[in-house]
Amino acid sequence: MNKDILNLLESDAHLSAKEIAVMLGLEEADVAAEIAEMEKENIICGYKAVVNWEKTERQLVEALIELRVVPKPDFGFDEIAKKIMDFPEVTDVYLMSGGFDLAITVTGKSFQEIAYFVAGKISILESVVSTATHFVLKKYKNNNVIFEGESSDERRELGL
Amino acid sequence: MIDYEKMLTKEVRELKPSGIRKFFDIAAEMKNVISLSIGEPDFKTPWNIREAGVKNLNEGATWYSSNQGMIKLRQEVCNYQKRRFGVSYHPEDECLITVGGSEGIDLIIRALVSEGDEVLIPQPCYVAYEPLVELQKGVPVIINTKPENQFRLTKEEVLEHLTDKTKLLILPYPNNPTGAVLTEKELIGISEALEGTNVLVLSDEIYGELTYEREHISAPSIGSLYERTLLIGGFSKAFAMTGWRLGYVLGPEAIIKHINKIHQYAIMCAPTTSQHAAIEALKNGSESVSKMRKEYDMRRRYLLSALSKIGLECFPAKGAFYLFPSIKSTGLTSEEFCTRLLYSKNVAVVPGTAFGDSGEGFVRISYSYSLNHLKEAISRIEEFLNELKEDKK
Repeated sequence: MNKDILNLLESDAHLSAKEIAVMLGLEEADVAAEIAEMEKENIICGYKAVVNWEKTERQLVEALIELRVVPKPDFGFDEIAKKIMDFPEVTDVYLMSGGFDLAITVTGKSFQEIAYFVAGKISILESVVSTATHFVLKKYKNNNVIFEGESSDERRELGL
Repeated sequence: MIDYEKMLTKEVRELKPSGIRKFFDIAAEMKNVISLSIGEPDFKTPWNIREAGVKNLNEGATWYSSNQGMIKLRQEVCNYQKRRFGVSYHPEDECLITVGGSEGIDLIIRALVSEGDEVLIPQPCYVAYEPLVELQKGVPVIINTKPENQFRLTKEEVLEHLTDKTKLLILPYPNNPTGAVLTEKELIGISEALEGTNVLVLSDEIYGELTYEREHISAPSIGSLYERTLLIGGFSKAFAMTGWRLGYVLGPEAIIKHINKIHQYAIMCAPTTSQHAAIEALKNGSESVSKMRKEYDMRRRYLLSALSKIGLECFPAKGAFYLFPSIKSTGLTSEEFCTRLLYSKNVAVVPGTAFGDSGEGFVRISYSYSLNHLKEAISRIEEFLNELKEDKK
């Protein structure tokens, strides 16, 4: 595993093996092989665009939902996590420390759609004790990309 | 009516303004300009360093410090120089905290150079040394370093220009604008060249943290250079702290105590808030510095490869954040190249001649910009070069 390659790809998945090789002083073939290996091992799990949907016409609402659940003997939280993962509306599922157990993100067309989804599909699950839904109102930064309030280059041409 | 011109000293009247001002003024008025001309880091000052400055402001402890700078900061500076570059100085009397490295350069030249004294200045180099020597009625003796030596100063070049009037040698490495660094070999050679003389050395190592593929060798770490070197260091480039205006001079007590007098009368002391932030920088900043260095290095490697691809020859500079490609293949002068590139493609790079006559045929490209910015600039430069070729046909 090469951390430098991962860092570069994480900042820009578009970089070619050739470009990465140049920047890190490595051979292109080695970088390509390394990337293939990391893909195979699922260290690199995918390549996606970071989309700012607010700038499009698509209606998209996102919510972070805290779940308190009762872990099952022998299965712990895995069983319920897997069940929740299966819903296509759910984009992320995390096991958390602190005041609740699972944190999930859900996307939908409207606040109402998400509220119905939580009430109809999540709350009713046997081991779910309670849910708290927080709607995302604005994304300032997502996946390390600044959406809102990015400052321009304020440096002055000092001329020295 | 007062004839102001007559009131000025001859030296000040004849002082040339920085030659590239006009060029930058044009660039500033144009829209959609992709600049590769800025000589300061694009990174913000690391958060913990800013926080230390804010804490000082919140506590309201914004008094003058001692003239020489806070003793705690001087101790940290000396520890850092020892740890990073293996050179030892006493914080009590061999260290002076200044307003940027620039003040240190000014102090040293003012303290050492009198009328007729010769100062050896290897060019291309940072633009301040020559005018400061002229202000003292000193004689700048320009040494034109050569592209075939990767713009390194050699022993022979020093010997060739050394006279019994030589007072001071400026060592501007890692170099702005070429990115050149000196190896141990050149430093030993320079040390040999000066042996038996009283010539002092002003080693401007403001870019000392920014070297790639090799560690920076500090001039005073080379045995016999120690006693004759005044070392300039600072926070601007290494810690991305340009606006804090903080640097230092390290050197023999016998000189420091005198330049401290000028500093005392002209400046009083460096800004206290900046000094507090600088202590944090030296204590806990090395990880941030490594990260920034790594990022610069990736951009440097990208640019070297990209320049070669579009047909601009460039030696693999290993320091600072500049590359100095040759534009001789275009048949244009540096100034023509930069002006035409600016007008036709809205890309600003600095003509090599801004840093001395020996910069003719070269331009300075700064890589204190994001990779995407560099890519866009390179593709525009490539278009420009292709159009030049078309014109020639």
